[in-house]
Amino acid sequence: MLLVLLLAPLFTAFVRKVKARLLRRQGLSLIQPYRDLVRLMRKEVVLAESASWLFRIVPYLIFAATWVAASLVPTFRTGLLFSWSADLIAIIALIGSGRFFLALAGMDVGTSFGGIGSSREVMIASLAEPAMIMIVFTLALIAGSTQLSTIAAFMTSPAVGLRVSLGLALIALVMVAIAENGRIPIDNPATHLELTMVHEAMVLEYSGRHLALIELSTWLKLILYVSLIGCLFAPWGIESAGAALPTLAVGVAAYVGKLAIGGFLLALFETSIAKMRVFRVPEFLGAALMLGLLATLLRFVSGSF
Amino acid sequence: MTLTSVLACAAVLLALGPLAVALGHSRVATRLVYGTSMVASAVSLAAAIVHLIGAVVPESITLPVGVPWLGAHLRIDALSAFFLLVVDLGAMSASLFALGYGRHETAAGRVLPFYPAFLAGMTLVVLADDAFTYLLSWEFMSLTSWALVMSHHRVPDNVRAGYVYLVMASFGTLALLLAFGLLAGPDGLYTFSQMRGAHPSAALGALVLILALVGAGSKAGLVPLHVWLPLAHPAAPSHVSGLMSGVMTKVAVYGFLRIVFDLAGEPSWWWSIVVLAFAGVTTVMGVLYALMQHDLKRLLAYHTVENIGIIFIGLGLALAFKTFGMDFAAALAFTAALLHVFNHSLFKSLLFFGAGAVLGATGERDMEHLGGLIHRMPQTAFVFLIGCVAISALPPLNGFVSEWLTFQAILLSPQLPAWGLKLLVPAVGALLALAAALAAACFVKAYGVTFLGRPRTRAAEAAAETDRYSLAAMMLLAALCLFAGILPGFFIDALAPVSTALIGAHMPAQSGSQWFSIVPIAASRSSYDGLLVFMFMIISGTLAASAIHRLASDRLRRAPAWDCGYPDVSPTTQYSATSFAQPIRRVFGTVVFRAREHVQVPPPGDTRPARLIAELHDLIWDAIYAPLVVGIGIAADRLNRLQFLTIRQFLTLVFCTLVVLLLVLAVWS
Amino acid sequence: MSGLDFDVAHLLAGSLVLVSFLELYQDRLYALLNVYAAHALVLAASVAWQALIQDAPHLYVTATIALIFKAIVIPVALHRMIVRLGVHREIDKVVGVGPAMLAGMGLVALSMVVMLRVTQEADPLTREDLAFALAVVLLGLLMMVTRRNAVSQVVGFMSLENGLVLAATGAKGMPLVVEISVAFSILIAFIVIGIFLFRIRERFDTVDVHALDRFRGERR
Repeated sequence: MLLVLLLAPLFTAFVRKVKARLLRRQGLSLIQPYRDLVRLMRKEVVLAESASWLFRIVPYLIFAATWVAASLVPTFRTGLLFSWSADLIAIIALIGSGRFFLALAGMDVGTSFGGIGSSREVMIASLAEPAMIMIVFTLALIAGSTQLSTIAAFMTSPAVGLRVSLGLALIALVMVAIAENGRIPIDNPATHLELTMVHEAMVLEYSGRHLALIELSTWLKLILYVSLIGCLFAPWGIESAGAALPTLAVGVAAYVGKLAIGGFLLALFETSIAKMRVFRVPEFLGAALMLGLLATLLRFVSGSF
Repeated sequence: MTLTSVLACAAVLLALGPLAVALGHSRVATRLVYGTSMVASAVSLAAAIVHLIGAVVPESITLPVGVPWLGAHLRIDALSAFFLLVVDLGAMSASLFALGYGRHETAAGRVLPFYPAFLAGMTLVVLADDAFTYLLSWEFMSLTSWALVMSHHRVPDNVRAGYVYLVMASFGTLALLLAFGLLAGPDGLYTFSQMRGAHPSAALGALVLILALVGAGSKAGLVPLHVWLPLAHPAAPSHVSGLMSGVMTKVAVYGFLRIVFDLAGEPSWWWSIVVLAFAGVTTVMGVLYALMQHDLKRLLAYHTVENIGIIFIGLGLALAFKTFGMDFAAALAFTAALLHVFNHSLFKSLLFFGAGAVLGATGERDMEHLGGLIHRMPQTAFVFLIGCVAISALPPLNGFVSEWLTFQAILLSPQLPAWGLKLLVPAVGALLALAAALAAACFVKAYGVTFLGRPRTRAAEAAAETDRYSLAAMMLLAALCLFAGILPGFFIDALAPVSTALIGAHMPAQSGSQWFSIVPIAASRSSYDGLLVFMFMIISGTLAASAIHRLASDRLRRAPAWDCGYPDVSPTTQYSATSFAQPIRRVFGTVVFRAREHVQVPPPGDTRPARLIAELHDLIWDAIYAPLVVGIGIAADRLNRLQFLTIRQFLTLVFCTLVVLLLVLAVWS
Repeated sequence: MSGLDFDVAHLLAGSLVLVSFLELYQDRLYALLNVYAAHALVLAASVAWQALIQDAPHLYVTATIALIFKAIVIPVALHRMIVRLGVHREIDKVVGVGPAMLAGMGLVALSMVVMLRVTQEADPLTREDLAFALAVVLLGLLMMVTRRNAVSQVVGFMSLENGLVLAATGAKGMPLVVEISVAFSILIAFIVIGIFLFRIRERFDTVDVHALDRFRGERR
């Protein structure tokens, strides 16, 4: 649980660093996000006059939901304690809860920017979530389970083979992950140009420790998705419960390696593509949904896909 | 024992109606009617729970009323006990809510007599054990609720709502009447137990299915038979809206279950395809309609349509599994549907009560005139938020549990051998997921525009917290939502006798599993533990909060909103309900509603503001109902001419009819 | 046939369907051509794999033809054509992406059902290869129907032909003569369409085939 929390800022810093290097810039140091967090925590909160109690508890709710979801994804070993308490569908729904509250917080102060952010976020989510559920269906039908540990264990076994529906699901999952995390073709995490913002517009009124928590949750969500892709489609190195210490060390190394590769690919992708217009996004996500549906359909129609 | 006590409660409720007429328009009447209704429903609720949990054998009784020599047959088995529980729980909380809310009622004289009669009608539908009693109680329920819808009959919209409702209700009853007629067959089997013994042929069974789907579906609000629902439910007083949406639609589901699962004999495999197709369309259309609304109560009513779709998806899956002998999966899908029936009755009543509290405090139903109520009505805002999270199917509340179970049932369906189902079920799964996500979007809108932000009108600014009875009713329901969300195992176990009675199998007992988690099939396959998720969230949230407050800063300063440096003074610049839904309207609405937007810019020099006009078409109304209305109008005009015939012509008409009938008789025999 | 052979063949055929979907999704002409090149590439790989597992050397020739003509020559030629016609920035669509993708899904489902039902007794690889091939053909047709620009219609036609090749190789290969003649006929069709395109353009100053309807005095 703590591992993802500690790694999350580092991972974001790594992505930023790679992006900067690809643009031939120096880039910030890898510990910059930690510094940012500490500084934000120490600052006082400036709260808008029209903000309600909901506005103040939302950061904690989002953080709790995202953290619980992130700690339920196996990183370097399966059979986590209590990993049976929520399966993949529940993890997605937990992230959904986080987003629900964030969108509410965007509406709370009563400014037009908050509204624009929330309104667009729910539009994106309304397509990304079903796409994600379809991906889960595909995986669950192949592995015969919605339990992440079981799926990961199944994926390492030779029974899997190459499957068309898995390929479709992977592409769809990458598309959904990009959209859910507000990465470049959908939303720009670095922008402060008002009309292009989605996520930033919702958290515009947050400051101090609240902002720190929300930022941390965003980073957690990013690492969660990368871990999820790693756990589902590159499950090598995930050890089963009760493995000896040296094998665990190998598992940790493999996990860090996976994160590094994932982060590098993400940065590469982001630097090589332009942001979309908002109303291109539904088409992008609609395509992800269709791919997910196609994968599920293939699974339903024939066992050997 | 239980049956007699429940019947006694129903009799009390029936007697209460005339009493309320006698008492007239007084303060005492309000208290007496709602107080007694609450007690009667509570007693009846207790009886239902005892019957359901105690797994008592079905009881039946024959009363010497109704059709002469036959009497009225009443019976309570597991299925009726479960639906009785839903009815009475809704009735109890609605009565409690109305103890406070009813005091604002301006037309109390038109609400009080019908309210207890409506409750009694719903109770009797669930208990009826013969076709006559069933249809009589069903019609009684429809008529009393119609009277309640018409209680504010001077509002023009309500008149239209009442008219459409009456037409659709009669149509639905007609379909049910025909369905029972077919089941009764030429032998005139009259009680349900006789019908159960007769095995109708496949064609007959199919016809019964269609009629039951139309009859019960029109009451429950299946698309395209839903048109009356979003008109009628909001028009009634709010506690009645809550009952109609949360409970009466469930009584319709009961009717469908009773006929299709219990009486109609062996299902054919394509039945499930029909049910699933209607259910999938209903789910998505309901939520899309809801997203386009800006009237809070109408939005909630459209969400009822969506949730009925979810319930019917579960029932359709159960039918499919049952026909192919997969009893275990059928039990899972069936339990998911019933659990959603229960959950929806909880949070939909809660949300309608919340809307009623807002209506009472501000006199507004239109969200565009509200805003910022969280400051004026913090407790209502809190319970309404719980309802919103629950209906959006987000963990750890109850709506998620039943949708999760439905998803698990869908995941079992690749083993189904029929091709049509193989293609339809994943599509329905996608529709369900889409609807769940859109519902969350819709409730962000409903809650955000109504309770958050800054007040848009004077009325919203001057609102005050609602009374303590209303709050108590809402708190009760909110607590139940949370309880059913974190400990769903108990509720699933309680449903086991119902599923055993109708499907022949039930889900494995959940109460023994560790940490109260629910395991529908096997632990390695899937499990969900609401309690642990809830506890984890509480722990990590408080941990984060206390660590930050202890170790870092806890200072706070109030300042004007920043808003990127453009502070807007007027609250009208906030996002409104219409503007919030604009992206979704553009993505889905262009096809589904033929949504178009026009901008009217006045010529230079003209000081009128520019206007953006969003245009929506209800294609279902335009395509099905509008031609129907026109057709009926023309037919009525034609028939109208009959009034102006001479006496000789009338006599000719009568004579001709007589001759034709005699001829028919001659040819027949 | 071992499991891996089957899986790879299957994966390649499935990717062909996927790339067809990508073609359906792309509405910019340059990107469309790149996707088409990828389509041909996947086809070549798929045919080559079939050649390997079926021990049918003549299929290698087919794969080479696919690689050289369809993945390199035709896209490059079309690319030049677009530049010369000056339509490279045009976006064309009669039907939106969403409905087109939905229709595509329906077609894939349809072809699965039809093929898997009709060919009950064939071996699994052939069955599913045929199902995929039919899906690719139908998607190509769908593409031709949903586009107005003649260049996109050519691409749709080409990917339709790719589906036919996939079907043919799936059914235990086909004679080389047939293959070569099909390839040549496609090439000739391509040239004819190319000339045709320039003629439309000369005459109507656009490659929108809608203009032809107008010329005939028909209304859309």
